[in-house]
Amino acid sequence: MTTVAETLAVPPRPSVASRVWRFVKRHALTAYAFLAVGYLLLPIAVVIMFSFNHPPGRFNYVWHKFTFENWIHWNSVLGIQSAIEKSLEVALLATFVATALGTMIALALVRHQFRGRAATNLVVFLPLSTPEIVLGSSLLALFLNDQNTIQLGFVTIFIAHVMFIISFIVVTVKARLIGFDRHLEEAAMDLGANEWTTFQKVTLPLLAPAILAAGLLGFALSIDDFVITFFNAGQVQTFPIFVWTISKNAVPPQVNVVASAIFLVAIILGLANVVWQYRAAKSTRGAGA
Amino acid sequence: MLWLTLFFLVPMGFLGYQSLQSGLFPHFHFTWEWSNYSHVLRSNHDGGYRDQYLRSFLYAGIATLACLVLAYPLAYWIAFRAGPWRNLFLLFIIAPFFVTYLVRTLAWLNILADQGPVVRILRDIHVLGPNGRLLATTFAVIAGITYNFFPFMALPLYVSLEQIDPRLLEAAGDLYGSSTQAFLRVTVPLSAPGIVAGTLLTFIPAAGDFINAALLGTPNQAMIGNVIQSRFLESLDYPTAASLSFILMATILIILLVYAWIVGTEKLTG
Repeated sequence: MTTVAETLAVPPRPSVASRVWRFVKRHALTAYAFLAVGYLLLPIAVVIMFSFNHPPGRFNYVWHKFTFENWIHWNSVLGIQSAIEKSLEVALLATFVATALGTMIALALVRHQFRGRAATNLVVFLPLSTPEIVLGSSLLALFLNDQNTIQLGFVTIFIAHVMFIISFIVVTVKARLIGFDRHLEEAAMDLGANEWTTFQKVTLPLLAPAILAAGLLGFALSIDDFVITFFNAGQVQTFPIFVWTISKNAVPPQVNVVASAIFLVAIILGLANVVWQYRAAKSTRGAGA
Repeated sequence: MLWLTLFFLVPMGFLGYQSLQSGLFPHFHFTWEWSNYSHVLRSNHDGGYRDQYLRSFLYAGIATLACLVLAYPLAYWIAFRAGPWRNLFLLFIIAPFFVTYLVRTLAWLNILADQGPVVRILRDIHVLGPNGRLLATTFAVIAGITYNFFPFMALPLYVSLEQIDPRLLEAAGDLYGSSTQAFLRVTVPLSAPGIVAGTLLTFIPAAGDFINAALLGTPNQAMIGNVIQSRFLESLDYPTAASLSFILMATILIILLVYAWIVGTEKLTG
C-alpha cells in the first residue's frame, strides 16, 4: 500500500512564493507558541520575583529592593504557617479517601453491568460540570439546615474536598481501565490465582500509574481549592483562605514565598517526569533500531 | 457512590429546599416561596440581579472565545511541531495550576498596576489616556478569567489534535486540497471533540467565577458568583443566595443539555 503511494505521489514542486509563505507560516506559529507560553508563565515569574521584593510600605505592588528576608522569615506573618499545615492535612486526608473510593467507583463502572449504571455515570459527571460556587453553596445549605448540629470546620472541609475530587479521580482511573487488557487477569486465573490475588498482583500494579496520577491531581486540586472551602470552612483557615483574607488589606511578600515554594516543588516533579519520559521514549526507540 | 449521593445530590435537594424558604436570619420557614426566583431575576432597579446574570454569561462567553482563539494555535503547534519538546510544553501549559489560584490572580494586580510597565507603555503609545487604567476595568476581569481558565481549553484541544493521523493531512494534500482547505476540512472537524470539551470546561467554571471580578474589578464588574457569595456569607440571606445558585446551575445544565444533544452524550461523559 505505502510503496504504491510513494511511487505514485511525485509531489509537485512548490513555487518560490509559496515556499516563502510556508516558511513564514511555519515560523510564525512557532513564534506564537513561544509568546503564548510566555503569557502563561509571566504571572508566575512575577509571583517569584515579588517574593524577593522588599516593599517600601505595606503594599507589595511595585518593585523596590532585592532581599532574601522574606524567604528566611517566611513564617513571620501571623497565621501563615498554621494555614499551610491545615491545607496539607486536608489535602492528604481527602486525597487518600477520595482515591480509594474513586478507584472502586471506576472499577464498578467499567467492569460491572448494574442497574443504575447510567445514572451513576451521570452523578459522577455532574460535579465536574457544576460551577464550584454552586457545589460550595449547596454543601453549606446542607450543613446549615441540620439545626447547627454540624460545626463548620475541618470535617466539613474534608467532606467537601472528597466530594469534588472524587469525580476527577473516577474519570482518570476509568480512562486507564477502558484500555485495560483483561487477558492478563484471565492468564493469572488460569495459573491458579484466586480473584483477590489476581487483583492484588495483576490489576492493582497495572492500574498504579493511573491511581498515582489521579491521587496527585486530587492533591493539587484540594490544596488549591478556594471557592468550595470558603463556603464550608467556618473559622478554619487553609492557605487559599488565608490569602483571600489578607488580600483585603495588603498581601505580604511571604505569601509569594509560599506560593513560589509550592510552585517550585511541583515544577521540579513535573520536569523530572518530562525528563524521565523523554529518556524512556529514547531508549525504546534505541532498542527498536 | 454513596458518598456522592450523600454529599452531592442531597445538598442539591437542600439548596432547592432553601431556595423556597422565606423569612429573615435565623428564622427561615419553608413556604414554597417561588417569588424568590422571580425576585432575583428582576432587573437591578427592581432589586433583582439580572445584570449580574447577563454579565456572567457575557464575560464567560468572551473569555471562552478568547481562550479558544489563543489556545488553538498553541495546541496545534505542540501536537504537530513540538517533536520531542511536547511534554515540556504541556508542562508549561499546566504550570499556572501549580501556583495557588488566588496568588496567580493577585500577580495580575502587579502586572496591570497603574504604576506598572504595561499601563505605562499603553499610555505612552496613547492606547490609554494619560489617566487611563487597566485595573478595575471589564478588560482586566475578562483577561483574568481568560488567563485562569486557559489550560482547561488548551489541554483538551491538544488531546484531540494529537490523535489526528498526520497521514490524513497528507492525503488531503495529495487530493489537491490546499493547506487552508486541509486545515478547515480535516483538522478542525477532527478536533471538534476537543473544542467541545474545552469550551465546556472553560465556560462552566468561568460563569460561576467570582475571584477575578472581586480582585481585578469593581462592583460594576460583579458577576453572579460575587452576588451568591455576598448573599450567603455576608448578608446571611440564604434563600436568595440559594435561588441564585440554583438558577445558575439550571442555566448551565440547559446549556449542557443543548450541547449534549448536538454532540452526543458519550463524547461528553467520556
